Amino acid sequence: MVVGIKDTVKLLGIAVIVCCAVLVCTLFLNYHMDLAAIENEIVTEQMRIMYEALLATAKVVCAVSGGCLLMTSVVMLFFYIKHYIDTHKKELGILKALGYGRWQIARHFWVFGISVLTGALAGFGGALLCMPYFYGTQGVDGPLPEIPLRIHPELLLWLVLVPAVVFSGLSILYAGRKLKQPVLRLLKEQGNLSGSIRQSAGKIRIKGEAREGSFLAELRRSTLREKKVLVFFVIFASFCFSAMTQMSFQMNELSSVMMGVMILLIGLVLACTTLFMAITTVVKGNTRTIALMRVMGYSHRDCVRALLGGYRVMGYVGFAIGSVYQYLLLKIMVSVVFEDVAGMPDYSFDVPVMLLSLGAFVVVYEFVMYWYGERIKKTDLKEIMLE
Amino acid sequence: MIELKSVTKAYGRGESRTEVLKGISLEIGDSAFTVILGASGSGKSTLLNVMSGLELPDEGEVLYDGTNIVLLSEERRTAFRKEHVGFIFQQYYLLPNLNVDKNVKMGADLAGNRDYREIIRAIGMEEKLQKYPGQLSGGEQQRVAVARALAKKPGVLFLDEPTGALDEQTGRQVLAYILKLHEEYRFTAVMVTHNENIAGMADVVIRMNSGRISDIYRNTVTKNAYEIGW
Repeated sequence: MVVGIKDTVKLLGIAVIVCCAVLVCTLFLNYHMDLAAIENEIVTEQMRIMYEALLATAKVVCAVSGGCLLMTSVVMLFFYIKHYIDTHKKELGILKALGYGRWQIARHFWVFGISVLTGALAGFGGALLCMPYFYGTQGVDGPLPEIPLRIHPELLLWLVLVPAVVFSGLSILYAGRKLKQPVLRLLKEQGNLSGSIRQSAGKIRIKGEAREGSFLAELRRSTLREKKVLVFFVIFASFCFSAMTQMSFQMNELSSVMMGVMILLIGLVLACTTLFMAITTVVKGNTRTIALMRVMGYSHRDCVRALLGGYRVMGYVGFAIGSVYQYLLLKIMVSVVFEDVAGMPDYSFDVPVMLLSLGAFVVVYEFVMYWYGERIKKTDLKEIMLE
Repeated sequence: MIELKSVTKAYGRGESRTEVLKGISLEIGDSAFTVILGASGSGKSTLLNVMSGLELPDEGEVLYDGTNIVLLSEERRTAFRKEHVGFIFQQYYLLPNLNVDKNVKMGADLAGNRDYREIIRAIGMEEKLQKYPGQLSGGEQQRVAVARALAKKPGVLFLDEPTGALDEQTGRQVLAYILKLHEEYRFTAVMVTHNENIAGMADVVIRMNSGRISDIYRNTVTKNAYEIGW
């Protein structure tokens, strides 16, 4: 059949994001459950304040980090399925022409749930390993009694098995929806402009009449417009880098060094995975355009600028959003959740940390772009003739 | 003038090594319309690729007015193509997300050609400036590819089976446009085809067989696109 287990390897990005989400959620939900179990031992007002603050932290972290990451995984899953169908249109069209029903084909997309299962299992396992250290750093100097570590097996069901089944189901449903298009449209190489592209074509016409842009500028715009979800991923990657590197520095002061390191690692893994996934898709999807441009005489620099240049602004937008987000989140945590906890330091926006993070971001982003630029340089000109 | 001296090209290694070009030497004069004829596997497309600088020969020289492009770096060869060479392929290779105007502009921008819409008009596509490739017929797409190639004002135009994917009527129409533009702009045209009839349109015909030139001749009378057989 068209979709196989080997195709799930391409969903590494989803596996990494799910791994991070499950790691964070397992740690904090397990902690939340163990914390709730000692409620009877909370006797003083000071203990109650600390207890409720820690409970609220666990809930907020699970909801914000886990929720955001799971939503991102869903978006990424849909993107992959759409991308898969777009790049295998002919094979899928032939199957439909032979008489296979769309659900008959779509049900094979369940395998994409395996990536989720793999990522979730890795995250769950990682959380189990980290848990003793994590418990040791939570409210260790506070008035609360020691919180005994108990593993809650039900979390395996809700954070590993259920998401894997749900993602498999979502894959089938989304693939079925996407395969609804007529056979001829699947078989036809071109002439399948989607509604949104047709719509934007109208908009371009109006803009085009007013402003005569160069070919390279138009190509840069159309590359961004063609796959808006990749713009989202680039913004998300920069957002993760910015928010989580800055937050990790603050965590050293507000929580513990371990929390800081954990957040930093998760942020870097998420940012790099998402950025690589997005830019790889851009470069692979434009191989023929690159080859054609090189054949016609456009320089390697022109190709890089036209295809990747548009994402730079998006990257910095994502960084700015991440800075604001981490500031607001920590401000709320410190001034609302931990308002009455004694010894909690005041929190204000840390400009040097932001500049440090920005510097690191510029280095990482430009290195990634340079690396892809070199890949573009190696595009075989015969790519244009391989048909 | 384009000059090839003892050009050889092989693919593969060991037992799977296939010699595609076996010591080709030829000369193509400025503004000439040259057709390279040959059966599938005769080496005509490889010859076009080597001649245009898309591929490097294993041995031999490819000279443009005395400059050997084989010795140029990749960057300088790209710059050379930008300055001097235009391409038209069998499969058109238009960018699907850009309209006719922007596809032609792709070529025009390389030469700083602001009057590129005249070429679009010359190929009868001015009414379809805002259409996307997917909204055009095969013949129309090839006409846009012709306009794109000529918008960069090339000294040499390479055509790789430009009518291979078209029906007779559309093929003749595209050839007629190419001939008309050739007469107007006087670029050097080198066309690869397996269609023997198209040879009747050329000034010079080069016949290839198993990696070698088997015949070169000059037509004393050339035909137009509607006089040749199909």
